[in-house]
Amino acid sequence: MSSLPLATSFLQDQSFLDVLYIVAFALFIQGLRGLSGPTTAVRGNRIAAVGMAIAVIATLLNVNEGNWALIVIGVALGTAVGVPAARQVKMTAMPQMVALFNGVGGGAVFLISWSEFRLSDGFTGTPTYIAIFSLFAAIVGSVSFWGSNIAFGKLQEIIPGKPITLGSSQQFVNALLLLVAVGCGVAIAAGEHSEGLFILLLLSAALLGNAVVFPIGGADMPVVISLLNAFTGLSAAATGIALNNPALIVAGMIVGASGSILTNLMAVAMNRSIPAIIAGGFGGGGAVEGASGAGEHAGTVRSTTASDAAIQLAYANRVVIVPGYGMAVAQAQHAVRELTKELEKRQVEVSYAIHPVAGRMPGHMNVLLAEADVPYDQLKEMDEANPEFSRTDVSLVIGANDVTNPAAKNTPSSPIYGMPILEVSDSHSVIVIKRSMNPGFAGIENELYYDPKTEMLFGDAKSAVSEITAELAHI
Amino acid sequence: MILASTLTTNLAILVLAGFIGFVVISKVPNTLHTPLMSGTNAIHGIVLLGGLLVVGLSGNGAFNKVILVIAIAFGTINVVGGFLVTDRMLEMFKAKPKSSSDEEKKS
Repeated sequence: MSSLPLATSFLQDQSFLDVLYIVAFALFIQGLRGLSGPTTAVRGNRIAAVGMAIAVIATLLNVNEGNWALIVIGVALGTAVGVPAARQVKMTAMPQMVALFNGVGGGAVFLISWSEFRLSDGFTGTPTYIAIFSLFAAIVGSVSFWGSNIAFGKLQEIIPGKPITLGSSQQFVNALLLLVAVGCGVAIAAGEHSEGLFILLLLSAALLGNAVVFPIGGADMPVVISLLNAFTGLSAAATGIALNNPALIVAGMIVGASGSILTNLMAVAMNRSIPAIIAGGFGGGGAVEGASGAGEHAGTVRSTTASDAAIQLAYANRVVIVPGYGMAVAQAQHAVRELTKELEKRQVEVSYAIHPVAGRMPGHMNVLLAEADVPYDQLKEMDEANPEFSRTDVSLVIGANDVTNPAAKNTPSSPIYGMPILEVSDSHSVIVIKRSMNPGFAGIENELYYDPKTEMLFGDAKSAVSEITAELAHI
Repeated sequence: MILASTLTTNLAILVLAGFIGFVVISKVPNTLHTPLMSGTNAIHGIVLLGGLLVVGLSGNGAFNKVILVIAIAFGTINVVGGFLVTDRMLEMFKAKPKSSSDEEKKS
């Protein structure tokens, strides 16, 4: 077909191509192995990028000459959008960015599947298994495209972060949409060629993506983003089988595995089952119980000032900072780092306790603190941090809420009962920086704020932390 | 017969890749979970290959060409954007001397 001079060269030999694909996926795996530690991670990522370059070049060697224009347009468009986005995105906006990238990944998968359907005239003459994998990719791709875009909208606050549900009919609607999508898929695989059916499949999967993510509150976002990540991975692997491309299969499965592991970690860290999160209804129920809890406690909150907080911190031996989403919203990570430096000058031992679901995606807090040049050995994971609280003089909670709520241990009626928390109330005293007494995303009252050891410093995280740092200079 | 063996070979690759994925990803520490997600986004950009392969087949109509160009653009966003943003993040995680006297770099 190609009239290039190298038309007959070994470059277009299928075995040679497969070898290049194998090299590519070996590099992906080697690259991800590098992510086992911060020192090797940069190199790992670059190794994976080299793998990707090899896979893309290998494929381009086999492309029909007449289609170069289309390819150049597509790649140019993608580069024009992707490069500035990746360079300019703020670290606080990483969850949105990842959600969006997830979305376009899912979008690519269902579009490819659609074009295969049209090209083969409804999978005429295609082996059934190829049709099945392609249809699976179409459904999962469409669900993750729309689900990720809604997640992006929520994180970017274009769409309200509060759960938006259809009430008790939600699960019925979800099941119905899934049934329609799968039903269309089965009909097509069984030999139906109508494109209307394929479009109905895409549409019901699209609605399902919306219906699954709309009811999910901000605090559950880490689980949803991870789950959508797993979905896009599996859809890519299915595309790989449909196109008989080993690089796609391996890469897709690795992404799927990564997403599944993260989803599971996040769900465990919230003590909630994945089906329960998908079914939604958490935010609504929690708000009602939280409201009743508020009455019992009212009037026992102590507030403090920046100068008092500064004195408390300056004379402590050991301070643990507990960051949460509030730190990300206020972009307070640099201010927090400045405060830490001031304290370290005074021989105060400072570390950070990071809950797995703090923020809006796995590892969100770690990235922000790394941006602010916090050495990563100061970042303690929950299991490592909890035994240390009892010998901590001051725990400084910055914009974290539910992950510090003792109700998770003490109040069996609480919606978060059983969730592992950072046990800040074990420390000698607690300072909480928070904008107001409004309960967090989950709408659950936090018992910690009524603890006699706790003092509240009301204000924006960034300005409150900067004020403490300024006050420290006067001590 | 030949088709069946292609399918079983591919399924074998799928299953083995899944297990390898679990082993490798399990070793990634919590600290690096955000770069892991953006890095896997980038690897997911491999669907770009799907777009390239299908656009290379003959018989694509105008509508197919449009959706394939979009698919290629989407895949490219994932690959280019994903690796770049991951690199940016991981640079921040590089080992720093404990004193970290160097001023933070503003983008």
